[in-house]
Amino acid sequence: MIPELGHFALILAALVAVVFGSLSLLGAHRNQQAWIALARPGANALALLVTFSFACLTQAFVVNDFSVVYVAQHSNSLLPIEYRVAGVWGGHEGSLLLWILMLTWWAFGVAQFSRQLPDTMVARVLGTLGLVAFGFLLFILFTSNPFERLLPGATEGRDLNPLLQDPGLVIHPPLLYMGYVGFSVAYAFAVAALLSGQLDAAWARWSRPWTTAAWVFLTLGIAMGSWWAYYELGWGGWWFWDPVENASFMPWLIGTALMHSLAVTEKRGSFKNWTVLLAISAFSLSLLGTFLVRSGVLTSVHAFATDPRRGVFILIFLVAVIGLSLTLFAWRAPKVGLGGRFGLISRESMLLANNVLLVVACATVLLGTLYPLLIDALGVGKISVGPPYFNAVFVPVMTPILFLVGIGPFARWKEASLPELLRLTRWALGAGAIVAVALPLVYGQWKAMTALGLFFAAWVVVTALQNFAERVHHTRGGRSLLTAVLAQPRGFIGMHLAHIGVAVFVVGVTMVMSFEQEKDIKMAVGDQVSVAGYSFRFNGVRQVEGPNYVAMQGNFDLTVDNRFLRKMNPEKRNYHSSAMPMTEAAIDAGLLRDVYVSLGEPIDRDKPEGEWAVRVYYKPFVDWIWGGCLLMSLGGLLAMLDRRYRVKSRRAAAATAGVQQAARN
Amino acid sequence: MNRYYWIIGAFAALVALLAVGLNLNPRDVPSPLVGKPAPVFKLAVLAEPEKSVGPEDFRGKVWLLNVWASWCVSCRQEHPVLVEFSKKVDVPLIGLNYKEVRGDGGFDMNKMPADEEKKLALQRAGKWLSEHGDPYRLTVMDLDGRVGIDYGVYGVPETYVIDKAGVIRMKHTGPITPEVLAKKIMPLLAELNR
Repeated sequence: MIPELGHFALILAALVAVVFGSLSLLGAHRNQQAWIALARPGANALALLVTFSFACLTQAFVVNDFSVVYVAQHSNSLLPIEYRVAGVWGGHEGSLLLWILMLTWWAFGVAQFSRQLPDTMVARVLGTLGLVAFGFLLFILFTSNPFERLLPGATEGRDLNPLLQDPGLVIHPPLLYMGYVGFSVAYAFAVAALLSGQLDAAWARWSRPWTTAAWVFLTLGIAMGSWWAYYELGWGGWWFWDPVENASFMPWLIGTALMHSLAVTEKRGSFKNWTVLLAISAFSLSLLGTFLVRSGVLTSVHAFATDPRRGVFILIFLVAVIGLSLTLFAWRAPKVGLGGRFGLISRESMLLANNVLLVVACATVLLGTLYPLLIDALGVGKISVGPPYFNAVFVPVMTPILFLVGIGPFARWKEASLPELLRLTRWALGAGAIVAVALPLVYGQWKAMTALGLFFAAWVVVTALQNFAERVHHTRGGRSLLTAVLAQPRGFIGMHLAHIGVAVFVVGVTMVMSFEQEKDIKMAVGDQVSVAGYSFRFNGVRQVEGPNYVAMQGNFDLTVDNRFLRKMNPEKRNYHSSAMPMTEAAIDAGLLRDVYVSLGEPIDRDKPEGEWAVRVYYKPFVDWIWGGCLLMSLGGLLAMLDRRYRVKSRRAAAATAGVQQAARN
Repeated sequence: MNRYYWIIGAFAALVALLAVGLNLNPRDVPSPLVGKPAPVFKLAVLAEPEKSVGPEDFRGKVWLLNVWASWCVSCRQEHPVLVEFSKKVDVPLIGLNYKEVRGDGGFDMNKMPADEEKKLALQRAGKWLSEHGDPYRLTVMDLDGRVGIDYGVYGVPETYVIDKAGVIRMKHTGPITPEVLAKKIMPLLAELNR
């Protein structure tokens, strides 16, 4: 009964979405107050219905209702409760429902936090979101119904994919989807602005916190996925340039460009068309990612059960959402003014360069991701594009961005002077040079790429601190240092925090790629292996029982300089429901390095007490990769909470007037 | 017309590519073994486990090697096509039962001795064929999947067409549909048997 209610709620949600979506858009167009007034209650009702439906599916998982096909395929009565709940998004149908849930929550959020926006604008934004939700609801209802029954019901479920039975994977998809779907808000704002013809600073100001919020979630989601792959898959890698990873990374790159371009549009009224195009692109790439993952056109580690009908549906949806908005853009864009002029060397030109580089980086990733498909479509052959291509093209494009991250905040709007910029950043250049020469030597070997990475990391940190310190100094006015620091706008603190996060990330990547060590060896009880001064002694394996698996658990002593550090217990798990044994690596994490051991296979399967294949890794600074992402997200969070986004609409209107004034100057 | 329409053109090209991509199968990778001699094996026969056979026993005949397992869901879809085929066509169809026990979930392989695995595999495979019909001239048992590795098996079912000289002439990945049988396999068999 409850699954049927969930299904019914979804049908009702689709009706609500299409009715309120089209009426609020039409109402805004024809200035019909009664229809415009539908937008907020419509969005609220939509969120309520989808939340109810999601709760129904969750309930089916919690009570082990194996008469629901989706539950029988993705759960099992032995599964611990937290994974039963996470099982809701363990497959295609449920994860799609999660996607829709988040879309409606974003719309709900816009409906609540838009009191200072004009009602017609809100109607256009919510109407657009409603129609997007309608498309997804049709998709789930016609091709991927999670509530389909299995009659008579199964006595036992097939279990959740063991790879997904991990805390990291419980939160990775929700974070990622929040990011993906969050760009729908920036998209809806862009469409609303194009429809109304009001592409102004006020519009940019409204979009900014929403874009930043989506970006924060996406950053966390991607980092979480990467971290999970690192500790769970047992091969010690953190990024593989898999098509699905790329699918999440492309919206991130464009979203990053969008955040910076919105800053220019808000402050100076420039780049309007460009900003709108980025807002449309960020969400379009999220949709493209969905298509690539769920239609089966590319092979990937993230395989969903594919069904050609789904591919066709998403493709049609893609054409509707992206095609219509691009057409609207092409129609409206020529009428949009250019905004403030700026010099060759200025804050604007640097942000423009940042945007171009990020878009080029995204294009290289898109090319590499779609290239196998293109070659296959032309019938020329079958190829796959892997890390060598991406590393070769991606690093040179991103390097100049690091330079801009450092110098950009010092540049003035409109016109900056090059000699002054050089003078201001001379300390950072010096610090970077020292670090670049010295630090690699500490680790035993000087390599150009290592030095380059470390140079830019130091450059970014020193410029950020210096820029921050200067502003504090100029605005201090007799207050205590701490008060002056805390009085800085959150957006400003957030920006520098995020930039320092980039530097931390760069240190992690550089150090891991330059100095990691690994050994892949055969060990018998009592054997010892050492890597980078860390010594592992193998004391054998024993069998342990988990709730729904049995594992062979290895016992290692980790020592450094004959000093005992800790026991390490990597596992090889056999889940009752799956043929694939799962690897649980044991990691000793630290600020400056991780050491990592994972069990391979016993050399002779019948003698688990004998020799085992073992992999040990030394990974310097690897946790800085995710630490950097965390700092970036934290920076984004602060920027999003900046006080000026909560001002009343008259102030926003005043800002618009100010920009128009500035544009005329 | 204005200068922004190129964006729509670029998007249309992307959609066209994706639409074409929908009709392609990225997992259908051409086998490097096509044109090469079929890898040698010596495996126990399901019906007579004391006896073992290999590709050389079919030298001089055109034959098919079909990889299957009782746990394989797509095999069930393909099976009626094979049963029909074996009734109508006089071409030896040899089954390669792939990882009958190991490929399935639910068994703790660390605990199972080799002879028990073999017994269980024979029992499961035999039961499956008696339930669904046996289209195979004979089935050989690849318990640990080693032969599967030699043949480059990465998904079950897969089917190989091997000619009179013992050379692999075609590999089909995934279940054989009546269409694949009629359009690809039958013409090739006719040509090879000429």
